[in-house]
Amino acid sequence: MNKENDKLLIGGKKFNSRFILGSGKYDLNLIDAAIKYAGAEIITLALRRANTVKGENILDFIPKGVTLLPNTSGARNAKEAVRIAKLSRELGCGDFIKIEVIHESKYLLPDNYETIKATEELAKDGFTVMPYMYPDLNAARDMINAGAACVMPLASPIGSNKGLSTKEFIRVLINEIDVPVIVDAGLGKPSEACEVMEMGADAVMVNTAVATAKDIPLMAGAFKNAIDAGRKAYLAGLGRVIEDGAVSSSPLTGFLRD
Amino acid sequence: MKSVEEMRKVNHMEYMEGMEEISSDIMNKVINEINITDFDTFTKEDVIRALNSEEKSVEDFKALLSPAAIPYLEDMARLATKETRKHFGNSIYLFTPLYISNYCENYCIYCGFNCYNKIKRAKLTFEDIKKEMKAIAKTGIEEILILTGESRKMSDVEYIGKSCEIAKKYFKNVGVEVYPMNSDEYRYLHEHGADFVTVFQETYNSDKYETLHLMGHKRIFPYRFNAQERALIGGMRGVAFAALLGLDDFRKDALATGLHAYLLQRKYPHAEISFSCPRLRPIINNDKINPKDVHEPQLLQVMCAYRLFMPFAGLTISTREREGFRDNVIGMCATKISAGVSTGIGSHTEDIDEKGDDQFEICDDRSLEEVLGAIKDKGLQPVMNDYVYIQ
Repeated sequence: MNKENDKLLIGGKKFNSRFILGSGKYDLNLIDAAIKYAGAEIITLALRRANTVKGENILDFIPKGVTLLPNTSGARNAKEAVRIAKLSRELGCGDFIKIEVIHESKYLLPDNYETIKATEELAKDGFTVMPYMYPDLNAARDMINAGAACVMPLASPIGSNKGLSTKEFIRVLINEIDVPVIVDAGLGKPSEACEVMEMGADAVMVNTAVATAKDIPLMAGAFKNAIDAGRKAYLAGLGRVIEDGAVSSSPLTGFLRD
Repeated sequence: MKSVEEMRKVNHMEYMEGMEEISSDIMNKVINEINITDFDTFTKEDVIRALNSEEKSVEDFKALLSPAAIPYLEDMARLATKETRKHFGNSIYLFTPLYISNYCENYCIYCGFNCYNKIKRAKLTFEDIKKEMKAIAKTGIEEILILTGESRKMSDVEYIGKSCEIAKKYFKNVGVEVYPMNSDEYRYLHEHGADFVTVFQETYNSDKYETLHLMGHKRIFPYRFNAQERALIGGMRGVAFAALLGLDDFRKDALATGLHAYLLQRKYPHAEISFSCPRLRPIINNDKINPKDVHEPQLLQVMCAYRLFMPFAGLTISTREREGFRDNVIGMCATKISAGVSTGIGSHTEDIDEKGDDQFEICDDRSLEEVLGAIKDKGLQPVMNDYVYIQ
């Protein structure tokens, strides 16, 4: 691993920042400051919210040089997700697409099966597909085989700020998956973002935890520092831990001969 | 007899006619990794870090295989025991190998079966195979490993397939350790009852490999390397890997064996993975001849490193090793042990006329019953079969 030149690579594009920021749930006027404090280079955008009632367009509030990541939120199946993705490309939002397929309104859990189908179709169509998913190893492999550029497993139900409730399953993905694993949804605190980065996640996506903070830009900055710290700790390799407990007096290797 | 110079004219990295080429980058990855690894650069700190890390990375695996890890063998053994029990409980699987033919077209300079060795050659008839299998099955064994020398002429795919078919009548599980073949041929064997394929690469150092395998199909390094992948493409449930430790730098060979299995399992997540750990016996008390000799501590180090790197993989302990070694490594890192073994042809029954000589001398010649006793004495549970074959 090259520690000096540590970039996040998605769909052939390199990013310095490992913090993907959401743009929903807060005043459009704060987006600029949030992006600045977050140091974010990718910002998500719910296509269905691209125009507000007042007639303001979120696209006008996103600074130049930031990669737009439109999502398909609102899609209830693969077909709708594909349609939203194509609309977003038509609107000039680029080829990056985060697939969100949800047809359950209580916990807003993603439908992995429909997501795999949408991934396949959109990847064939030249999109850089970033699927939001429930952290399931088999589904993740299917998504990658279908052409996903990364996987975006949830840490907890979206918007819940409940933290890393799927930690062990995210660890499995980090261990087994060769494309970037971007932890998305449910992280409530910078310390949780730090923890998942220490574990080896490639990036973190946060929206609600920043959007519902008292001071949005300040919290964006706090997440940035936490993500950087976690990444550095991962690259540095965690220090050793001395285990407590007595050492067996009858050694297991006493039987060895030349 | 051809001269060695004549034989070595065949490029060992080029496929021969009829050999299936699959698209795979695993071999290059493995070779690259062993080329860039210098085991002497690993320190005590690297070993301690590796012992402590929850999921062992490739770097951790290297540290555990390095000379710096030798003083930590006891810690490795303790951790390996924990992992083995976690993944396999107290189970120890049993099997018996059956050699059905010792004809061989390869000239591997270290092997008892090689085509220039004047040994007694034999090939069992189907009737003899039945007799042998019946005798083995009577002992209670439910898994068999069918072995041949590597001769397509004398033991063709149909002959091996028919043997598998017979084996299915007597055993629940049939594995093969035969010459590498194409994926359609593996599929044929699978259709006839085999579902586990073992191929030893012997050494992963292709330059060294070339000097040891002078003649025959085995000379072709990449065809042998990709055998396990072709077996999986052919529908086999699992594959086993090994280097004959001591042929070359055993640390590099162990690293390559582990990586080969690791990368293949990542590519084919459904594949069951198993390791064997054969070694060339070192010349005792003369480390100057070969400082990379594999003594018992080094062998145990390799076995524990395999266990810690791939805790879910099966690990078979060879009858080349003595009883005291075998009995201590089961449950610690080994999960599978052979019993009632003979490496000769036709030696399980009295009334076979055409018997053939042994491939190598075994060190632990205990009967199944004795091995069962030893397993139980350790508080472990002998298991005869753990898989239902579904075609």
